[in-house]
Amino acid sequence: MTTATVFFALLLYAATLLGVAGLVWRIRDYARTPAPLKIPTTPAPTTTGGVVLRMLREVTLFESLFKANLWIWLFGWMFHVSLALVLARHLRYFTEPVWFWVAWIQPFGLYAGLAMVAGLAGLWARRFLVERIRYISTPSDHLMLALLLGIGASGLSMKFLDHTDIIDLKAFALGLIYFDWQPLPAHPLLYLHLLLVALLIGIFPYSKLLHAPGLFFSPGRNQADNPREKRHLADWAAKLEKAKV
Amino acid sequence: MAAAPITAPPLKPYPVIPILEVGAMAGTKSFPANAQIQEALGFPGELVEDWHDKAIDKLGELLGKYRSLKVYLDACVHCGACTDKCHYFLGTGDPKNMPVARQDLLRKVYRRHFTWSGKWFPKLVGAEDLTKEVLDDWYSYFHQCSECRRCSVFCPYGIDTAEITMAAREVMDTIGLGTKYTNEIIGKVHKVGNNLGLPPAALQDTLSSIEEDLKEETGQDIRLPVNEKGAEVLLVTPSADFFAEPHVYSLMGYAKVFHAAGISWTLSTHASEAANFGMFIGNYGQMQKIATRVRESILDLGARRLVVGECGHAWRAAYSFWNTLIGPFDFLDPNYPVPQHICELTYDLIQRGAIAFDKSANDKYVVTFHDSCNVARASRMGNLPGGQFEIPRAIIRAVANKFVEMYPDSIREKTFCCGGGGGILTDDLMDVRVKGALPRMEALQAVVDSDGVNFMAMICAICKAQFTKVVPYYKFNMSMVGGVHQLVGNAIRLGPK
Repeated sequence: MTTATVFFALLLYAATLLGVAGLVWRIRDYARTPAPLKIPTTPAPTTTGGVVLRMLREVTLFESLFKANLWIWLFGWMFHVSLALVLARHLRYFTEPVWFWVAWIQPFGLYAGLAMVAGLAGLWARRFLVERIRYISTPSDHLMLALLLGIGASGLSMKFLDHTDIIDLKAFALGLIYFDWQPLPAHPLLYLHLLLVALLIGIFPYSKLLHAPGLFFSPGRNQADNPREKRHLADWAAKLEKAKV
Repeated sequence: MAAAPITAPPLKPYPVIPILEVGAMAGTKSFPANAQIQEALGFPGELVEDWHDKAIDKLGELLGKYRSLKVYLDACVHCGACTDKCHYFLGTGDPKNMPVARQDLLRKVYRRHFTWSGKWFPKLVGAEDLTKEVLDDWYSYFHQCSECRRCSVFCPYGIDTAEITMAAREVMDTIGLGTKYTNEIIGKVHKVGNNLGLPPAALQDTLSSIEEDLKEETGQDIRLPVNEKGAEVLLVTPSADFFAEPHVYSLMGYAKVFHAAGISWTLSTHASEAANFGMFIGNYGQMQKIATRVRESILDLGARRLVVGECGHAWRAAYSFWNTLIGPFDFLDPNYPVPQHICELTYDLIQRGAIAFDKSANDKYVVTFHDSCNVARASRMGNLPGGQFEIPRAIIRAVANKFVEMYPDSIREKTFCCGGGGGILTDDLMDVRVKGALPRMEALQAVVDSDGVNFMAMICAICKAQFTKVVPYYKFNMSMVGGVHQLVGNAIRLGPK
């Protein structure tokens, strides 16, 4: 067992713990915070089924962003869909035997890796080229893109430039899951890749990456437009009402 | 405070995103409320000594009360989708009038005090302490937002700057920083029952003189009943309808509709205001207190239906919030929606053939329709999503022959605010109002040039007041501005045919 194996095993556990715990804490916090008034951005669906569809369109097609700005939509959508494919492709390192659909998407996942980097580059370029977006960008906005680009570039490098031992890597990954540690291939690009991934997972719930769970809790998008039909009353508002009577 | 010079930007043939002018509007501030106005609402009379801690405490309280605030402050990724969507940005070029930058004024303080990353790495995530300079920015720029929600249409997470603005104003009120305009008006409603501070006797006088005008115009006894017990409908309408022009023509229009359809109705002096400025300052208690007058009136008068006149944010308050604030309305006639918009009522009568029109009466007009923001993006009419767009248009088409739409990105859910909503319809912000009207004025100019439009119909008291004041800066005639029920009133057939 090399020092690197121990280091990365512990790092990945810690990052996952930090990321998952933080995410659970954030989601619980969102779920417990009341939404006292009906504020869907209208026209909005009038039924729960309609809300599910609206949300589905937002999550898969980025409907609102499409209305707003085609460039941001193009780069943003390209990045997110590619990331989803790339993540799905990575499932082959964590499943034995590999699920059939994971095997099936392998080639697409590869193109997606390239598209992901292209999308990120486009998004980053906007932060320099468009005056309005340059104005609102903070260092963390840049660093987040750098981080994701670093992950993409180091990953693609291992595919196209300097392979690592995939068999050993998979053994390491499965070992992490089953708490039966196996040696991590000694490979600088892999070290970099894992380091950045651990960082990303760790900071997820403490950064603007909260936009992912946030969308599902956005009253502007997740409320049904039915205030006349159904009385909506938050707990604290109900208490206020009782106190008055 | 020196009054800012009021300048209207030149109208361009197509929308152009302005080049940033940092700080262009920083010095434009709404007059602050004095101690008397503040204290009447239970707010401190002036900026309290420990304002910093009080503000942070209040922000913490609001974060626990409003999921919208918490999620919206967390979720923004600075993607920039909203940056060119605000009419105040388009009209002023001030970057802090970009929705995301406006939100960031509050978000940076939230990050500093309520997030781990902002506590430890403030520079990295753009977190900042609440300094006096930041507070000054809050006061300037959270009063250059009309809470119109246009940005929320385009945000991939539905982040609504109106929610952020409301929270910021609530925090500022709590530490003694309110605006004269909004808070004085709220005080008047509590005291007298309407924004104008029109006492019951004066209101009754005004209404009888309008009845006389109606008699002169039509030869018929069209009534404007007030405080009549047992009437079927209680109409709650913005008090501007009682004597501002062109608002009053819509009031006459409502009266003619009730008259022609034979519906008994009444106004109430106790609830002589549909507007609810409590919403503008994000204060649930104030909003509820204002709305409670409506509940008290309908119980007192024994009306069976509740109808709301032409007013944008009032319709939001009524449609979206009344059931929550002052409901349930289970004692009212279940055959009608509660509350019902006057346009829904008129449209229903048209559908049933209960009222008829002589459309040629509006032939002097080429009409276009300005969707008011709170109706468009914060409420509904009828049974289907988007009814708030279709129903007013259907009414216009039923009462006028010539109707033209403005360009698609300026109507319906993408409509541009008039520039005067959300508590900034005040002379001290006239420069902001004129500049904020720019996108709408450009869209209007286009249909004036192409189709000879000479009447812009709308269903909002604030829009009407704002436009009559502002269109002259863009070389339009203020008589172009009017209500949908003004057109209805022109064309409706009355009495024996």
